[in-house]
Amino acid sequence: MSGDPRELYQAVILEHNKKPRNFGKLAPCTHHAEGHNPLCGDQLQLTLNVEDGRIADIKFDGSGCAIDVASASLMTGAVKGRTVAEAEQMASEFRALVRGELDPAMPHHIGKLTLFEGVKNLPVRVKCAVLPWATLSSALKGEAQASTE
Amino acid sequence: MSTALAPLDTARIRAEFPLLATPFHERKLVYLDSAVSGQMPSPVIERMAHYERFEHTNVHRGVSTLSQEATDRFEEAREKVRAFINAPSTKEIIWTRGTTEALNLVAQSWGRTNIQAGDELLLSAMEHHANIVPWQMLAAEKGATIKVIPMNDEGELLLDGLDELITGRTKVLGLTHVSNALGTINPVKAIVAKAKARGVVTVIDGAQAVPHLPVDVRDLDCDFYAFSGHKLSGPTGIGVLYGRKELLEAMPPWHGGGNMILSVSWEKTTYMGLPGKFEAGTPPIAAAIGLGAAIDYLAALGLERIAAHDAALLAYATEQLSAIPGLRIIGTAKAKASVLSFVLDGVHSHDVGSILDHEGIVVRAGHHCAQPVMARMKVPATTRASFTYFNDAADVDALVAALLKVKEIFG
Repeated sequence: MSGDPRELYQAVILEHNKKPRNFGKLAPCTHHAEGHNPLCGDQLQLTLNVEDGRIADIKFDGSGCAIDVASASLMTGAVKGRTVAEAEQMASEFRALVRGELDPAMPHHIGKLTLFEGVKNLPVRVKCAVLPWATLSSALKGEAQASTE
Repeated sequence: MSTALAPLDTARIRAEFPLLATPFHERKLVYLDSAVSGQMPSPVIERMAHYERFEHTNVHRGVSTLSQEATDRFEEAREKVRAFINAPSTKEIIWTRGTTEALNLVAQSWGRTNIQAGDELLLSAMEHHANIVPWQMLAAEKGATIKVIPMNDEGELLLDGLDELITGRTKVLGLTHVSNALGTINPVKAIVAKAKARGVVTVIDGAQAVPHLPVDVRDLDCDFYAFSGHKLSGPTGIGVLYGRKELLEAMPPWHGGGNMILSVSWEKTTYMGLPGKFEAGTPPIAAAIGLGAAIDYLAALGLERIAAHDAALLAYATEQLSAIPGLRIIGTAKAKASVLSFVLDGVHSHDVGSILDHEGIVVRAGHHCAQPVMARMKVPATTRASFTYFNDAADVDALVAALLKVKEIFG
């Protein structure tokens, strides 16, 4: 039995879907990547300016479901101002969270992003939540393309 | 539902589908996804199980009675398919793994033999990826170009310009009978007649047509017609390519191996005649027999009755969904099969799909393997409900109630 979608579609996620933060493109930018979820056609472009090892600014563009858009919106807000190493740590914790491998009650670095915990009960939607983070990892590694496949 | 034919007894029919009787997320399963894959009724499942338990061996092998009987059952299924689409001969019925493989067979065998640099391949704007990508691969290999028959905002092909689209270099027309993403029923017979008059070979994707409409390939007069078993209440892994005999005979084999040869030596190998020439290796025997059983099942329900049932259900669903504020139906052609694609304002189709799933309603959400159709309709994705002979008005009502819940969650 999959989880009740109401647990996932909380007010914060719905609000970020409706009014995404950091939406658009940075030009010029130091890092960029495009993420695709080939199964459903969701696509996302990330542009970043990394200065002295720190994410000075980040924006996302593209179209996707509420989980994808809210995840991108909240992610960009959460990693702005963080070092690359911190962002990568958060990416790995977020992945663990939505796969049910991170207990939000234990110490972590992803703050309110634990509200995506409900995704673990909807296995087919894990890729939607992870797409922005996979794209961020690719951008930071200097890869132009990311895919959830 | 008004029809001159006695209506289908959906309650009795549903009882023959074990999955439909099994609770789903602790609710009654409302299966509105037959366009993705049809469910199999017990007689089909039992027929395949009977084959595997008591009749199984290989076909076209040796002198054993068992092999002869398996071959007979297998070939009887081919005859059922022939009769189902009114093909002239069982030699023109090639087993494939599905519609996709059938279309690839045509592109690879007929296409690589007959397409040259500068030739034009004509496809409709509403093709499934299965009737696009094989032709793109061929065009890239041969230096041919692909042209597209456009469609209007309703999802109807714009045929006024067809005479100009077909040029002296047009060699083949790829056309879907029924659009999987929009439900449009294309006027295949009229389009084929125009293409044929100009010497263009016609390849029809019938995957979404055969579950809803009686299909007669002689009446359509097409050169090739492809469909899948699993959209037709049969199993996955089996499909059909009908091809006109003269074309099939002139085509080279596609896959080589056992079963498709007359004799093999290091010096010279000769091939089987039709249909064996295109059936290398051991076929999915139980699946073929299962497809035969599915055709029997549908014939017993009555193809005309199924078509009338589907049409009435589509009309009811269209009326009910149209009344939901913010819901827009994608694909509003005058002639439609019971496939209903839609978008909800401000809600992505995957979110719709997830919430419907929790309500026990199975639909398809996404691009439906028809990304050019989504691009043409300027939507990233749609939610699609498809209706078949075991669905009824209560299923439509459940869908409407669940969609209202989606709207409530998304505010």
